[in-house]
Formats: sequence, C-alpha cells, structure tokens
Amino acid sequence: MTVVDLPPGEDIRDELAARVRAASASQTPLRIVGGDTKRGYGREVVAEGLAVHGHRGVLRYDPAELILTARCGTRLAEVEALLARHGQRLPFEPPSFGPAATVGGMVAAGLAGPARAARGPVRDYVLGTTLLAGDGRILRFGGEGMKNVAGYDVSRLLAGSLGVLGVILEVSLKVLPVPAGTSTLRRRIDAADAVALLADTTQRGLPLSASFWHAGELTVRLEGADAALAAVAPAVGGEPLAPAAARDFWHDVREQRHPFFTAARSLWRLTLPATAAAQVVRDVPQSAFEWNGAQVWLADAGSSAATTLARAYAGDATLFRRPVVDATTDVGEVFPSLPPALLELHRAVKRVFDPAGILNPGRMYADL
Amino acid sequence: MGTDPQLLAELRAVLGPGLLVDPAACVAFECDALTTHRQSPDLVALPQTVEQVQAVLRTCCRHSVPVVARGSGTGLSGGALPIAGGLLLVLSRLDRILEVDPRRGLARVQPGVTNLAVSAAAAPHGLYYAPDPSSQVACSVGGNVAENSGGVHCLKYGLTVHNVLAVKLVTMTGDVLTLGAETGEAPGLNLLAAVIGSEGLLGVVVEVTVRLLPLPRRVELLLAAFDDVGRCADAVGQVIAAGIVPAGLEMMDAPAIRAAEAFAHCGYPLDAAALLLCEVDGLPEDVDDELARARAVLIAAGATSVRTAQDAGERKRMWSGRKSAFPAVGRLAPDYYCMDGTIPRRHLAAVLAEIAALARVHRLAVANVFHAGDGNLHPLILFDAGRDDELARAEAFGAAILEACVAVGGTVTGEHGVGVEKLGPMCTQFGAAELAAFHALKLAFDPPGLLNPGKAVPTLARCADYGAMKVHGGRLPHSHLPRF
Repeated sequence: MTVVDLPPGEDIRDELAARVRAASASQTPLRIVGGDTKRGYGREVVAEGLAVHGHRGVLRYDPAELILTARCGTRLAEVEALLARHGQRLPFEPPSFGPAATVGGMVAAGLAGPARAARGPVRDYVLGTTLLAGDGRILRFGGEGMKNVAGYDVSRLLAGSLGVLGVILEVSLKVLPVPAGTSTLRRRIDAADAVALLADTTQRGLPLSASFWHAGELTVRLEGADAALAAVAPAVGGEPLAPAAARDFWHDVREQRHPFFTAARSLWRLTLPATAAAQVVRDVPQSAFEWNGAQVWLADAGSSAATTLARAYAGDATLFRRPVVDATTDVGEVFPSLPPALLELHRAVKRVFDPAGILNPGRMYADL
Repeated sequence: MGTDPQLLAELRAVLGPGLLVDPAACVAFECDALTTHRQSPDLVALPQTVEQVQAVLRTCCRHSVPVVARGSGTGLSGGALPIAGGLLLVLSRLDRILEVDPRRGLARVQPGVTNLAVSAAAAPHGLYYAPDPSSQVACSVGGNVAENSGGVHCLKYGLTVHNVLAVKLVTMTGDVLTLGAETGEAPGLNLLAAVIGSEGLLGVVVEVTVRLLPLPRRVELLLAAFDDVGRCADAVGQVIAAGIVPAGLEMMDAPAIRAAEAFAHCGYPLDAAALLLCEVDGLPEDVDDELARARAVLIAAGATSVRTAQDAGERKRMWSGRKSAFPAVGRLAPDYYCMDGTIPRRHLAAVLAEIAALARVHRLAVANVFHAGDGNLHPLILFDAGRDDELARAEAFGAAILEACVAVGGTVTGEHGVGVEKLGPMCTQFGAAELAAFHALKLAFDPPGLLNPGKAVPTLARCADYGAMKVHGGRLPHSHLPRF
C-alpha cells in the first residue's frame, strides 16, 4: 500500500446528528450548506442553515485502490490537488463554482463537467456513502469496493439528490489515472456539421474527452498516449491550442467563466438526444453545447421557449441560473416536471430517509 | 393447490395460453441456477406485451398474490426462485430489440433479449454492449438489470449500472414509470440506481435502454506467472498504481491453473503458484504504451515469466482456460460451492492466505479463480455432498470466507446477488438500521410488498437467528455455460 499524506480533518458527525434530531423533533426545516457555491442551482430553500463544512478530511486514499474516501466538508480543491499529486483525478471533472466547494456538495449536486460525455456522471463513481438521515439515523451504504450488489444501491441514489434525502457525511469515490497526454483542437464549423463530426468521432472510438461549441466554433479535447493523439488528430481536424490555453479554456467551460456563460443573465440547461442539438442551437442565437450535443445551454431564453424546445426534441429543460429577481418573486419550478406517479414515488422515497420532511424542503421540487 | 377460480379466470382473460397452471408444465420453472433451492410455481405467466404485464400485476395486486419476475433463470443466488402460492412472471417472450441507433450510441430492448444478442445487433455498427457476465449467451438484459451483472471487463467498463441509461418499470399497482433518460441526465432523484440490482423487489422492468460502446480497435493479452500467490496478488495493485486500467485483470491459483490446463489445454505454466491474465484494449498506440508499461510492472513485481499472446488465436486459447475454470474445477470433486465476496484490492494477499488457512481448518480443498482487478473473489470450495458432514463444512467454510471479506471492508456479494442464498451473510454486512431502511425503500416502490418478498434483504428476525440458517449453494445447472 502506498503511504499517502492526508490532509488533517475533523469529525463533527455527532454534533450534526444532534442538530438534525432536534430539528426533526421540532419540525424545523434545515438548509444543508457545504461551501454554499451552488446555492443558485435548484430552488431556493428558506430555512435555518445546517453548516457541514466543519465535517472534513480525507479518511482514506490509496492510489493503488483507485478509491478515495472523504468527509463531506472536505474542499473539492483539496481533494483534486491530492489526487493530482498521485497522477489521478475525479474523471467527471466536476464544477466547483467557487473555492469553498465541498465534496459532499459535489455529490449532492451531481453536476459533472466537460468530461461527462466520455467518462460518465458523478453517480458512476460513487461507491459508498454514510448518510445522516432526516431523523438523525446514521446509515452506511456501499463501501470501498468496485463491485457490491449487497442491498439497494442507496449511495448512487444520493448522487444528485440535492440534500432532500439526508446529509452525505462521507463518500467513497472511484478515481482514475490522468491519461499520459492531452491535446485540444479548435475549428470553425456550423452546429450540424459539428454534431455529425462528434457522433462520428465517438462511434469510431477516438479518444474524445470533451467538446464545446459556440458561435460557429468547436473546441474538442483528446486524451491518451501521445502517439495515439498524433495519430487521431487529423481525423478530428482543427488547430491545436497551446497547453496552458487549453487548460484555461476547459477550466472556464467547467466553471462557467467562459464569456458565453458570464454574459448570460439566466441560463437554461437542456439535456437532449445529441442528434437534436443542431436544431436547437439554430433556433436560439445565444446558445452553446457540450457533451457532443447532449447538453445545450440557452442564455436569457424564456421559460416557455426552453421547455417547448426541450419537449420538441424529447429532452429536458432545467433553469440552471435564475434571473436576478426580487427576493420575494417565486420563480416556480426550476427542474422539469415529473409525471404524477413518479412524483408520488419521489415523495415516498423521501419519507424513507427524511420522514419529517425537514431537509432541504423544496430544493428540488416545491412539494418534495 | 386451491388457486382462487376468480383469480384464474382474470389471469386467463389477460394471458390466454400464456398462463400455465399444469404442475407438469410449471415444474420447469422450479429453480434458477441455484438448484439447491426448488419450489414449483403454482402459476406461470408468459406475457408477450407490456399491457399484459401491467394487467397481470394489477390482478395479482387485487388478489394479494406475490409475484416473482424471471428472465432466463441463470441467476446464481435464487433471485428467481418461485414463492409458494405466488405467480412466476416469466419475461422471456418480451424478446424484441426495439431500436439500435449508432448515432445516439444506444439500444432499446425488451427485458427478455439476451445479453449477447444486444452486442450482436450492435456489431454491424462497430459497437457492443460492455457488461459480459459469463452466462451472456443465455442471460437476459432484464435479469442483468435485476442483478446489476458484471463480467470480466468491469474495472474499465463498469457494471450494468454504468451501462444502462433508462428503464421502463411496471409497479405492483400496474403503473408504468420511466426511470432515467437516454441522455443519462433525467430530472429528479436517481431512482434508476436503486432499481438496478434490486433483484425484482421494486418493480418489473419491461424495457431497457443501454449505452453502446465502440468495439476496441486493438486488444492484447499478457499472461504473467508467479511462484508465490502473495506476490501475484500484490502485483494487481501495482499494475493499477502504475496508471494502467486493464480491460480485464484476472487471477488464478495453482489448483485452478492445473484444473484449467487439464480441461482446456490452454498452455498455462503448470509449475506456477499463481498467474495473472492482463488484457489491455483501445487505440493501437494506447495499447502499445499500456502493454509495455504493464509488462515492466509485472516483471518488477516478481513475475517469473510474462508472455504476450501472439495472435487472436493464442489470445482466445489463453482466455479459454480462465473461462472454463469453473467446469474444470468442477471435475475435481462431486460438488463445489462458489463464493462471491469482494474486497479492497490491497487485502487480496492477506485474504487469500486466510482462505488457505480456513481450508485447513475446514479440511476442504479450495481453488481461486477471480476478477482480481475488481477485488472480486470467487473461491470454489470443493466437497462431496454425499459424504458425512462435508456439506455442512463447506457451508461453514463459505460463511467464514464472507465474514473475512466483510472484516476487511468488503461485501458478501460483488456480482451474483443476495437472492435467497446470502440472506444470512447480509446480516454480517449491514446493521439493523440499514436493513430497516432497505425494507422501507421496498415499500416505497411496492406498498403491498408483493414483489419477490423475502428475497435480497433479510428480516431483522432472521438476522437474530443467523448462524443456524447458513445456506447451501452447489452444482450449477446450465453446465454448458462457462462460469467466471
């Protein structure tokens, strides 16, 4: 086993459990707060804050296992730096949206970055969790193994749950080695041709790890051994970016600091069958896409335009960044509505873990 | 049995000849691949449409009849064992491939389609479906979803849960829910993850959308021999620590090597204490790079020889020993009991040593052949059920192995499922609070509690009794299927 220096931590689970138990007894809603960097994602929760950033520290990390276990309040940046020192990374390239972002918040938000199309979502890398349920129970699911089919997979259910089922106290994540080489290529190309090129590249098994299209310009990232990158670059086409410029570019896309994102007042996120992206961006001038077309961003679009477009192409529309409005204005639902039977199942599942309904009420849906 | 005539009439109206009630016909479905547990079903439904599945479930719900869903019946833990007084819902006639779209990289199939048929349908487009359980020629995609099936390529390509984008699920009350989305980014809670691997306790899957991957351009296989089991086990972690993620990383110990060689004549080194098969795949240039690095790591880890398969024929031969290891070991004794514990890789050497020590305590032979890259052990305990207390000793040995796995932070089942077989060991792995949460989660999906009741999650009362109830696995049916 490789000996790894782990950053120091602090265990405040008992204190957190006591607060949750008291809140449950008094029916006091709580807003779970990690680094508070993703507050704008999901609906606003009006409730007393439950700060969890103090529950922090990497508990176990052995590079040979490809597994890292951390407390929820551990800063994402700290984990990424630790992994980088050992030539590894979180493969799904999660956005932090600020230096205070935590590991627990990353899992609860379930957001992945540019590498999502190639490497999969956050949930694919969640192996085990310790959950503080809404009545103070502390439950342990999954573990630190690559394979585990004992019991229901509650750990993956928690990825993207936005805290409505409980506080993720600890999480074990699968990590992967950083590939030997990377190269980023850029070219002018219209959306339809870009979507076709990306689909073709993917189908042929070329090592595409990210794509971003905006205003007639496509940027793609390849990863693999240098010899492989040199061999496939001509098939993808475009001019290479210098390494530092490429790193900054993908960082800006992931953190939404690219000018397309910073210029937007509100942002709709459409997830679509990739082949539909070209039609959608044709209809909306202020738009961009990632994930080979499976994730389309619309800047300053109206609610009905976004949802109508998403429905027309069998996709989903989420109000990702709310327009700045008067604090008293209710923006309504931000996530796509669920069929009644599915919403009822969501409520039943929430009651299993949060019977009093006190954790992040309304964060995902008004009535959840 | 005295089946309610009203129930029979209602089911017959839905299913017509797709309802079996004749005991001589029903007995064909009395077990899955865990043949030590048998229960002839009273009623067998063979629906051909989703509407029939809904109607059968509604009818059973009204009459409070438990329902067990079944695919091909190749499961290894008794998940599809019928329940007395219940209905067996056989989904093998829902066997259509609804769509294969290479541009969107997906296939949409009914649950009765076999695992291998998906890859066969995708092959003309240069694509395949990655999970490859050993029974893939026969096992169904619906069954794969129920068990979260794995295979030999999980380390790089994941389990069923990583390769399924969406399912249509019929609830016990007959509603059809779509969980997940073809984009992989469905709104709401990730209920799909809870359903995959839920062993038929939450709903009946009637449609599955799977992700297809490009067939690797190049595949290479290394065989590394070791004169010490511990060194071989430690080499597994060293390969991975070197930044290599092999497509497959499989280990065999001396009894398994000798049995496989005698069975398959695959050219394994008979003097080795253990061997590793290390497969790398991808673009030719990436494969060259990984192959060279893997070879260097294995030599540095103490391998006595490292051989690269020279062509596809030799690669197939080298795999044939591994893939026939279960039947090969099966020739060494009248019975064997296959365990499925999974542990963090760093404990491989220690747990293998402990298994060897336990073998001496229980006076039984054991062969190890397993998914080393995943830490997924498959110790095969050899015994003769016909001889005095050997069955009891095999069961005690198996339970001790699973306890050893849990003690190092592992799990009692990596890919075969709990079913009826591992209800006892589940009590070792989970506390009362987690088990209660599992039961509550089932009731959230299935309020009347009629879907596959009594499987997968032990009752708290059962755990209190655990110890007297350790169960027996044994000879596998479907003996023509390789088991790895």
